[in-house]
Amino acid sequence: MNPPELLPRPTLRVDTNDSSPRPESAPEDAPIRVCDFSLAYGTFQAIKQVSLTIPAREVTAIIGPSGCGKSTLLRSMNRMNDFVSTVRTEGEILYRNVNIYANDCDPVELRRRVGMVFQRPNPFPKSIFKNVAWGARINGYRGNLNELVEESLQKAALWDEVKDKLHQNALTLSGGQQQRLCIARSIALQPEVLLMDEPCSALDPIATSRIEDLIDQLKSQYTVVLVTHNMQQAARVSDRTVFMLMGELVEVDRTSVIFTKPKEQRTQDYISGRFG
Amino acid sequence: MSSLPLSTAQSQFQPRLAQRRFWGAVFMVICWLLSLVSLAVLVSLLVHVWNEGGSWLSLKLLTNYASVLNPREAGLKSALWGTIWLAVLTAIFSITIGIGAAVYLEEFAARNRFTRFIHLNIANLAGVPSIVYGILGLALFVRWCRYDESVLSGALTLTLLILPVIIIAAREALAAVPSSLRQAALALGATRWQTVWHHVLPAALPGIMTGIILAISRAIGETAPLIMVGAVGYIRSVPESLRSPFTALPIQIFDWTGRPQSEFHHLAAAGILVLLGVLLTMNALAAGIRAWQQRSKVQ
Repeated sequence: MNPPELLPRPTLRVDTNDSSPRPESAPEDAPIRVCDFSLAYGTFQAIKQVSLTIPAREVTAIIGPSGCGKSTLLRSMNRMNDFVSTVRTEGEILYRNVNIYANDCDPVELRRRVGMVFQRPNPFPKSIFKNVAWGARINGYRGNLNELVEESLQKAALWDEVKDKLHQNALTLSGGQQQRLCIARSIALQPEVLLMDEPCSALDPIATSRIEDLIDQLKSQYTVVLVTHNMQQAARVSDRTVFMLMGELVEVDRTSVIFTKPKEQRTQDYISGRFG
Repeated sequence: MSSLPLSTAQSQFQPRLAQRRFWGAVFMVICWLLSLVSLAVLVSLLVHVWNEGGSWLSLKLLTNYASVLNPREAGLKSALWGTIWLAVLTAIFSITIGIGAAVYLEEFAARNRFTRFIHLNIANLAGVPSIVYGILGLALFVRWCRYDESVLSGALTLTLLILPVIIIAAREALAAVPSSLRQAALALGATRWQTVWHHVLPAALPGIMTGIILAISRAIGETAPLIMVGAVGYIRSVPESLRSPFTALPIQIFDWTGRPQSEFHHLAAAGILVLLGVLLTMNALAAGIRAWQQRSKVQ
């Protein structure tokens, strides 16, 4: 293991947070720090030297046009890109000051602490109960599984709808319910960070607003990173917004700043709908 | 049919609907006739075999041993039990090796030149004539491993014969499992092994099972490789161990058709009906599993 680094590295100070309306809550409390990170699929450079700090218990939205690398960056944070054989990375992503791309970092352990919710709801074709309990079970959870399932479903605002049919197949739920089940499934592992990859893009507006409300509640306990192609969504739910373009991080700031007075012309062009 | 009102934009099109429909109908009739041909062949074969051997079907046929002297008393007992032994042993060997190989190739192996080479060769092996496997079985199991002309040698030879088919079917079933399922499990901190064992294999199992049953029903219809490894045409015992001498239904049928007395030809026809019965049962099983798979997906 690398010794945990006690001091933030100089590169971490690239935080473009200067114009923040209120002072940043203790910058040390940032579960994820991306340091000069680049990623390539074969010869295609998907992420170019991105540096970014994800503060704890806030919602960070990553926006940008299709193909800008926002999903790739998100998936880099819990090493879900490992399964693409042509991926090469440079730089570091630190989770609690440990480089997750170091040889001795076990992605299996990482993914329990940095959970992920996908674009399309992908519950297991098993019962609702098993969907929530499985992750805890395989990770050696020692507590009471029934309580854990109930608590997780409650946190995901799904309990009241499913409490009478916990042993029904999860595929009988509606799309929005399935997505909240996927969130419950991640929460059951008691993660620190939740990565959400366009979690509402397959849902109707009502289901979307329920998920957005849920995200707002979740941030009291979890650090949420949300990739979205929907700028209104980013504006509605996030505290900080990251704008990416062609693999580069263009600007990161408090959401209110990004959407009212961004410093970069490219950000201005994008949020005012001039491209993308 | 009422014609739709024409708009000016449409005047540039010449749909010739009647002509297109005519050729569509012609094509449909041709396809219908062609499928009728294959059905007619099957029906005429069944009718012919039934006429020859239908009256010879009896319980005695299943419980008596073969006889060279008295065709009225001759039965398929040793052949039927030989086929059951072969089917069970072949299933045990080919399912474990086949699924193991498919899971490795599909879920764990890197996609490189070496694994592509293996894939290509498995596909080639599926097309090798069965007699060649018989010769391989003779050299490898009968002679080199000294399993002699036993039911074990026969089952291992049939395993070699159907392994490529099972591996290909299992790989296709695994590849059809959506990657979102794997990602869901991996994102919950599962290892690859847990992902495969708890989610990918169960999802692929009905497809794998269908492939296995079809492959095994092919194996129990095989004659040539079994003759090569020394299945005998006339034997008055059932296999008692892996090293017992054996015969099988197709071998017994082949033996009877070669005898001069016409009674044996009727017996052979009755034997064909028994073999067809076994095969149809297995195919029905495969169809049942597929139907169950469809239903369990909906639920």
